[in-house]
Amino acid sequence: MRALKFLAVLSLAVAFGSAAMAEGVTLKISCGAVGQELELCTEGAQAWAKETGNKVEVVSTPNSTTDRLALYQQQLAAGSSDIDVYQIDVIWPGILSDFFIDLNDYVKPDLVKQFFPRIIAANTVDGRLVALPWFTDAGLLYYRTDLLKKYGYSKPPTTWSEMEQMAAKIQAGERQAGNGSFWGFVFQGKAYEGLTCDALEWVFSHNGGTIVDKDGKITINNPNAVKAIQQAAGWVGKIAPPGVTSYQEEEARGVWQAGNAAFMRNWPYAYSLGNGKDSPIKGKFDVTVLPKGGADGQHAATLGGWQLAVSRFSKHPKEAVSLIVYLTGYDEQKRRAIKGSFLPTRPALYKDPDVLAANPFMGKLYDVFVNAVPRPSAQTKQKYNQVSSAFWTAVHNVLVGQTDAATSLRMLEMQLKRIKGRGW
Amino acid sequence: MKHKSKLAARRTRTAWFFLLPSLLVLLLVAAYPLWRTFQLSFYQVSILEFPLKPSWVGLDNYRYLLADPYWWVSLKNTGVFTVISVALETVLGLGIAMVVNARFVGRGMMRTAMLVPWAIPTVVSAQMWRWMYNDVYGVVNDLLMRAHLIAHPLAWLSDPHLALPAIIAVDVWKTTPFMALLLLAGLQSIPHELYEASTVDGASGWQQFWKITLPLLKPALLVALIFRTLDALRVFDVIYVMTGTNPTTMSMSVYARQQLVDFGALGYGSAVSMGIFLIIALFATAYLVSLRVELD
Repeated sequence: MRALKFLAVLSLAVAFGSAAMAEGVTLKISCGAVGQELELCTEGAQAWAKETGNKVEVVSTPNSTTDRLALYQQQLAAGSSDIDVYQIDVIWPGILSDFFIDLNDYVKPDLVKQFFPRIIAANTVDGRLVALPWFTDAGLLYYRTDLLKKYGYSKPPTTWSEMEQMAAKIQAGERQAGNGSFWGFVFQGKAYEGLTCDALEWVFSHNGGTIVDKDGKITINNPNAVKAIQQAAGWVGKIAPPGVTSYQEEEARGVWQAGNAAFMRNWPYAYSLGNGKDSPIKGKFDVTVLPKGGADGQHAATLGGWQLAVSRFSKHPKEAVSLIVYLTGYDEQKRRAIKGSFLPTRPALYKDPDVLAANPFMGKLYDVFVNAVPRPSAQTKQKYNQVSSAFWTAVHNVLVGQTDAATSLRMLEMQLKRIKGRGW
Repeated sequence: MKHKSKLAARRTRTAWFFLLPSLLVLLLVAAYPLWRTFQLSFYQVSILEFPLKPSWVGLDNYRYLLADPYWWVSLKNTGVFTVISVALETVLGLGIAMVVNARFVGRGMMRTAMLVPWAIPTVVSAQMWRWMYNDVYGVVNDLLMRAHLIAHPLAWLSDPHLALPAIIAVDVWKTTPFMALLLLAGLQSIPHELYEASTVDGASGWQQFWKITLPLLKPALLVALIFRTLDALRVFDVIYVMTGTNPTTMSMSVYARQQLVDFGALGYGSAVSMGIFLIIALFATAYLVSLRVELD
């Protein structure tokens, strides 16, 4: 009797166990919800679920990067296993690395080699690969082809000073022609993460380094950086609107897409929107690499983009890794590039004829993406947020004319030293 | 004599007995968190570490706090905000209180209507004002331009000279009704006969204000001032919604939140919280002492 009972329990257990196996597991993935992001993420995740017999629930998160990070920090610090896969900004691996599994333990080195090495480097903290790159971003110079032609320029500017002169001439001309609200150049000048991206481009293009170098040394207080920031401060109120010091990406695009600016610094997303059906500047603009800081400077574009990481508290790490490998795979990235013009993180896709047919600019800008400059998040780790906030504050103080670049960067260096303390 | 003291002792015991529950609650919700914050302020600990690795740093957090220019900036901003907003709210609140204390048609309506700004949640009204202050489409610039008071639209919240005054204006708009309400209660406790008698003696309205209204209003005024000052010293929402963590307007509480939430610095953030606690405690004590002197 007892043996029979035991057998019954055992067979039940086996039955349930196999049922659970057949059912698969349920994963939760957090996705951004800007524009088409959520829709594309859901489609991709469900395709994986169908293929593997698992289930995926998509959790949408706040649009603001800062709010999203604060939410993630609270969830992860509480050890919550609610979310298995996190969509993270390219600057977060250093901040959140403790909470994600090392993907080197799960994926083959061959797979990792299929991505841009620079983006993989940005996702590697102390030798641990904490996320796989999903889509990338890089700062670009948008310019009006029609206006450049009208004012006798055959090609876009190669240095910031050249850009400044062209912007001033076009601005003066367009204003005389009756457009009183025309400006030469718009960018992201508000005191937030976007200003860190823009200012890093100015500084790096003047050979002024990356705020903190690879070895964690604070390098921002140097003459080239001072020159770069001082030059940018000179734009405000002259070739850029005074309100530019409160512009984020969308404010800049608003001025640009209305046809009221000759140049704009922005991410690639503005390309397809500018060429949209109702856009007044459709077919009248192009994009190129951002200018160099003087003749001996270099072109620079700040590396942006989003990655997928697996929480260390996930109850199903294997399945979660399988999901992110699928989502960052060739076919899924191709689908996203064609449908949503998200920039692929795999070099091979920039040679894919279908992708290039849908987005011609992706082929032309290949070099820009390969050479994108990462913000110093890998070396400053959990203090990146503090470093970036100190940097954008220092730059913003110069842009609004509260102080000059030399003083501001000297104070910034002191501030960064205090933040660094005994080490990053 | 002996009997009396026995009675007194028993009454004291009973009093303590009645106080016990509230003391326990206070201990639980105020003293314990304060004690934990105090303890944490001597450690370096980040919520971004897994597992948490608190390390004892002694007074390092406090040294960092005293040396951090942004702490002093936030302290200065809080000071400016408190002094100007409380002063304006008191003067305007007193004026409004005296108006609605007078008899006129629709007084009840008026008293209700004046509370509207106070009734709107700060986060909502701050967001509303942020839109109104916008340099491109904001109604504030539009009105001032139409009135020819300004020639170009002003960037109210991004201009370092205008941002704090703009925020103070919103706080004054919002909190003056509260001040008026407190002072109205004080005004209503002044016996009307005093005004009649002084009118008979030939006192002017101005004299009545200085010799009767103000001295008799003093206790109510002092209580209102304490409330508002302590409130203003820990200002957070109106500033955070309108300008975020921008140092030109950052208050002490905004600074503390940035350290604790954005940077995940539990230890240093606790030291900042202790700093704020000490400053507010100082003000509270000063006020309480002056209030006791006043009431005695």
